[in-house]
Amino acid sequence: MGDGEAGRVRVHLPALVQDYTGGARAVELDAAETLGAVFDALEARFPGVRFRLVDEQRRVRRHVRVWIGEASAAALDAPVPAGVEVRIVGALSGG
Amino acid sequence: MGIALWVATRKGAWTLRGDDARGAWRLEGPTFLGVTVYHVVADPRAPGTLLLAAKPGHLGPTVYRSKDGGRTWTEATTPPAFPPAGEGGRARAVDHVFWLTPGHASEPGTWWAGTSPQALFRSEDGGATWASVAGFNDHPDWSKWTGDEKDGTPDGPKLHSIQVDPRDARHVWVGLSSGGVFESTDGGATWTPRNRGIAADFLPSPDVEYGHDPHCVVVHPARPDRLYQQNHCGVYRLDRPGDRWVRIGEAMPKDVGDVGFPMVVHPRDPDTCWVFPMDGNVYWPRTSPGGRPAAYRTRDAGATWTRQDAGLPGEQAWWTVKRQAMTADARDPVGLYLGTTNGEVWASADEGATWRELARHLPHVYAVSVDEAG
Repeated sequence: MGDGEAGRVRVHLPALVQDYTGGARAVELDAAETLGAVFDALEARFPGVRFRLVDEQRRVRRHVRVWIGEASAAALDAPVPAGVEVRIVGALSGG
Repeated sequence: MGIALWVATRKGAWTLRGDDARGAWRLEGPTFLGVTVYHVVADPRAPGTLLLAAKPGHLGPTVYRSKDGGRTWTEATTPPAFPPAGEGGRARAVDHVFWLTPGHASEPGTWWAGTSPQALFRSEDGGATWASVAGFNDHPDWSKWTGDEKDGTPDGPKLHSIQVDPRDARHVWVGLSSGGVFESTDGGATWTPRNRGIAADFLPSPDVEYGHDPHCVVVHPARPDRLYQQNHCGVYRLDRPGDRWVRIGEAMPKDVGDVGFPMVVHPRDPDTCWVFPMDGNVYWPRTSPGGRPAAYRTRDAGATWTRQDAGLPGEQAWWTVKRQAMTADARDPVGLYLGTTNGEVWASADEGATWRELARHLPHVYAVSVDEAG
C-alpha cells in the first residue's frame, strides 16, 4: 500500500462535506483494497467525515451514493481495483 | 437584559433577538441553511452556550455546540450513535437527533439527547462526545417498548421530553413516540413505564403498561412531583407519588378537543399550563381546529381552560405547532412563543392574553426555544 504512483486512488467528494475537507472536492489517497478502507482513509485525513457518509453499522447512508469506476457500490467490502476512481455523491430529491 | 429565541426549521435555524421589554425583535440568520435543525437549546448553567441538533438531508446526524451565543459552532467529535451490532444483534443507526436537554444544575457540561429511533444518549463534556445510555437503549424490552416503524411518527419514531428532576440529577423522565412515558431514578440505569390512566385508543387492549403516544411531557420546575402531558389521546396531569394520570383535557371544549403537540408550563405556578390544540378527527389533519388557532390555558391544574386567541388569525389559518415549537420564558409576566409549520413565529408578552407575529415566511418550524442570556 502507498508504495508509489501505482498505489493511489482518487476520490471525488461532494460539496456537502466541504467543511471537513477545507473545500477540496477530490483527494488522492493511498491505494485501498475496499470501499471501507477508502472511508477509513478519508476519516484519518478529515476527522468526522466518515460518520456523515457511513452510519455506525458501517452502511453507506441512504442518501449517499458511491461509484467505484463505473459501478455503483454500497457495501463497504466492495473491492477498489488499482487505478480506479471513487466518486461519492449526494442523492436526494424532494421539496 | 435582552432575550433570544432560537427557531429551528426544516431548512436551517434563525434567531429572533428581543429587547428587555420583549417589544422589539430582530430576525437574524439563517444558520446552517439547508440543514434540518431539530432543536437548539441554551445551557442555563453556562450563559452563551448552546447545543444544536442537525441533519442535512444527505448526511448523517450530528450535534453542534456554540460558546458564543450561536455566532460560531463546533461539531461534536463523537455524535450520538449506537454501538456496532454484535453477531445477530440489532444493527441500529441514529437517523436524527431530535431532542436536547441540559443535565442537572449540579452537573455542568452534562447533556442528554433523544434520537430517532427512540434512544437516549448522554454527554459529560458539554456535547463534544456522546455515549449510548445502555440501561435504556440495550434494555431487553427495548423492542417491545418502542414497537416497530408503524408505531412511529411520520418522519420516524422519537425519544423526546427528557426531563431531569431539579431536586435530583439521577431522576429522569423520557417520552417515546411511540412507547409511552418512562422514569428512571438511578441516572438511566433502570427504567419503569409510567402510563397508567393514559388512553391508547389505537391499541387493541386499552390498559397496557406501555405502547402509548405521549407528544410532550413536562416536569413542573416549581413542583417536580407534578407532570403535565400532551398525549396523542388527550391532555393529562400526574401528581407523584400517585401513579395514575388524570385526563384534564376532558374539560376542554368538545368542538376543539384535547389533541395537540406542545405542553408548556408556567415557570413558577404549578397550576398554570398551556396547550395548543389541533384537529385529531378522522384523517388527523393536525391543523388548528376549524382553521382558528388558539392556545388554551388552565390556572387550576386542568379543571377549567380559557381560550387565548387575541391577535391570532380568526379564520382560515391551518397551522400545526409541533411539540418543541411552543415554549415560555421565565420572566414576569411570562412570555409565550410558538412557531408554525408554515414558517411563522408568534409571541405573547402577557401570558397568552394577546399575540403578535414576530416572523413569517420561514421554513417549516420544528422547534422554538428561549435563550434568556439573549
